[in-house]
Amino acid sequence: MLIKRPDPIPPREVTSEDLYKSRRRFLQQAGASMAILAGSALWPMGAARAGVRIGSPKHSRFSTDEDLTSREDVTTYNNYYEFGTSKSDPSQNAGQLPTDPWSVEIAGEVAKPGRLALEDLLRPQDFEERIYRHRCVEGWSMVIPWIGFPLASLVKRLEPTSQARYVEFTTLYDPKHMPGQRRDILDWPYVEGLRMDEATNPLAFMAVGLYGDPLPNQNGAPLRLVVPWKYGFKSIKSIVKIRLTREMPETTWHEAAPNEYGFYANVNPNVPHPRWSQARERRIGEFFKRDTLMFNGYGDQVAHMYKGMNLKRWF
Amino acid sequence: MRRIPVRTLSFLAGLLPLAVLVEATFRGTLGANPADALINQTGLWALRLLLITLAVTPLRRITGWRWPGKIRRQLGLFAFFYTVLHFAAYAVLDQSLDPGAIWADLWERPFITVGFAAMVGLAPLAATSTTAAMVRLGAWWPRLHRTVYLLGVLSVLHYYLLVKADIREPMIYALILGALLGLRLLPRPWLRRLSPLRRQRMGTPQPVPRR
Repeated sequence: MLIKRPDPIPPREVTSEDLYKSRRRFLQQAGASMAILAGSALWPMGAARAGVRIGSPKHSRFSTDEDLTSREDVTTYNNYYEFGTSKSDPSQNAGQLPTDPWSVEIAGEVAKPGRLALEDLLRPQDFEERIYRHRCVEGWSMVIPWIGFPLASLVKRLEPTSQARYVEFTTLYDPKHMPGQRRDILDWPYVEGLRMDEATNPLAFMAVGLYGDPLPNQNGAPLRLVVPWKYGFKSIKSIVKIRLTREMPETTWHEAAPNEYGFYANVNPNVPHPRWSQARERRIGEFFKRDTLMFNGYGDQVAHMYKGMNLKRWF
Repeated sequence: MRRIPVRTLSFLAGLLPLAVLVEATFRGTLGANPADALINQTGLWALRLLLITLAVTPLRRITGWRWPGKIRRQLGLFAFFYTVLHFAAYAVLDQSLDPGAIWADLWERPFITVGFAAMVGLAPLAATSTTAAMVRLGAWWPRLHRTVYLLGVLSVLHYYLLVKADIREPMIYALILGALLGLRLLPRPWLRRLSPLRRQRMGTPQPVPRR
C-alpha cells in the first residue's frame, strides 16, 4: 500500500509570499497592526491563510489507499453556503475571511468553560494525515487527504462532566466576510453535533489541513470537523464554538428540513433522501456512478454504535 | 446583401447551447463534476427554450411583429430536443441506462415523476408540429397544444423540487412563466398599448430627412 507522503511545508508557505517579498509593505502593515492592536485584538495579520503550521504529519492506519481526488477538485467544488450556494462560490468568495487570530469558545458541560486560542488548542496535538472517503448527501464523493488530530483527544482535554452526552459545534457568523450569511437560506450560524460516543470514536477527526497544507478557507479553515461515515454536512467548517450538552443539539439542516436531514445522517444506501436515492454516488473524477457503501465503508469502526437502532427512523 | 432568413438564424442559435456544452465537455472545462453539469445545463436550456416559446405569442401581441410567429414551431421543437437530451443525460450518466433504476426513480421521486410527465407531455406536441398534422387535427390542434401551459408549470415545478435550500433560481423561472401566462389573460387592446413601437407608428408621422 502506497500512500503519498505530503512534502514538509517549505518556508515560503509559512510566511505568505507577499509579506516575504515585499519588505516595504510588510513594514507598513506591521506599523498599521501595531497602531490597531492597541485598540483591537482582531486585526487580521496574514490575508487568507490560517496561522496553522502543519509540520510532517504521521500516517494513520485509518487511511484508505484509494486514488485521491485532485487538489483542484477538492478546493474548487465545495458546499459552504456561508460563501454562496453554488459549488464554485466558496473558492471564489472565501479568500478574504480572516482566520488568524482565531479562537474557539468552550462551553457547556466541561470542567473549565472559556475561550481557547487556536494555537493553544492545537499545541498539544500531534498531527496525522487521514485519507478519508467523503460522501455528500447530494450523491457525490471524494477521497481527501486531511491533516489534523482525533476529536476524541480534544474532547478528553476539555474534561467533560458526567452530564455531557452530546457535542455541539458552531461555525463562525461573519456576514461581512461570508456573503451567503446575508440571506436567510439557512438559520445562521451553522450548527452541527455528535453523540458523545460518536465524537470519541477514533474516526471522528478535527482537520486543520489537506494535501499537506493548511486548510484553504473554502474547505473550512482554520479548524473543521471530519466525520467520514456521515454525510458531508455533518462535517462542520470554521468552528468557533464547541459546547458539550445534555440534550441532542438542534442542527442546522435538520432544522431547515427535518424530514430530509436527520441528526445522525449516517451514510446509508438503503435509506433514500425523500427526493433522491442514496444507493449510488458519483466519485468526483469519474463519469458514472458507483454503489454507496453502508456507513461510507466505515462499518467495522462505527456500526457497533448503532446496534439495535432503527436506522430508517433515525436517519 | 441578401438577408438571412430568421428561421436559419434561430436554428443556429438553438444549436449554440449544445455546441458550447460539447466543446466544454471535450476541453474538460465543465468543472469537477461534468456529468452533473451536463444534466443540469441540458435541463436549464430545455426550460429556457420552453419559456422562450411561450413568449412568442405575448411578444407578437405587444409589438405587432410577425417574425416571432415564424420561429415558434422551431423553438418548441428545440425545447423538446433539449428535454430529451436532459433525460438521456440523466438516464446514461446518473442511472447507467439501468431500466429498473429509472423505473424505480420514476415512482419514488416526485421531481423525477413531474419532469418525466413534462417530457411525455411535450412528445405529442412535437409529433403534431407539422403543417399536415395541423390540418388533420383541425380544431383539436389548438386544444392539444394548449397543454403546453401545464407542461411549463410542470417543468418549473420539477426544477423547484430538486433544489436543496436556495430556491432563488427556480423562483425566477416561476415568475417569468407566471408573467408569460398572465399576459395571455389580459385583453389584447391592453397589450397593444404596452408597445412603444405601436405608439410611435400611430403617432405623428416622422419627417422624411432631406438630402
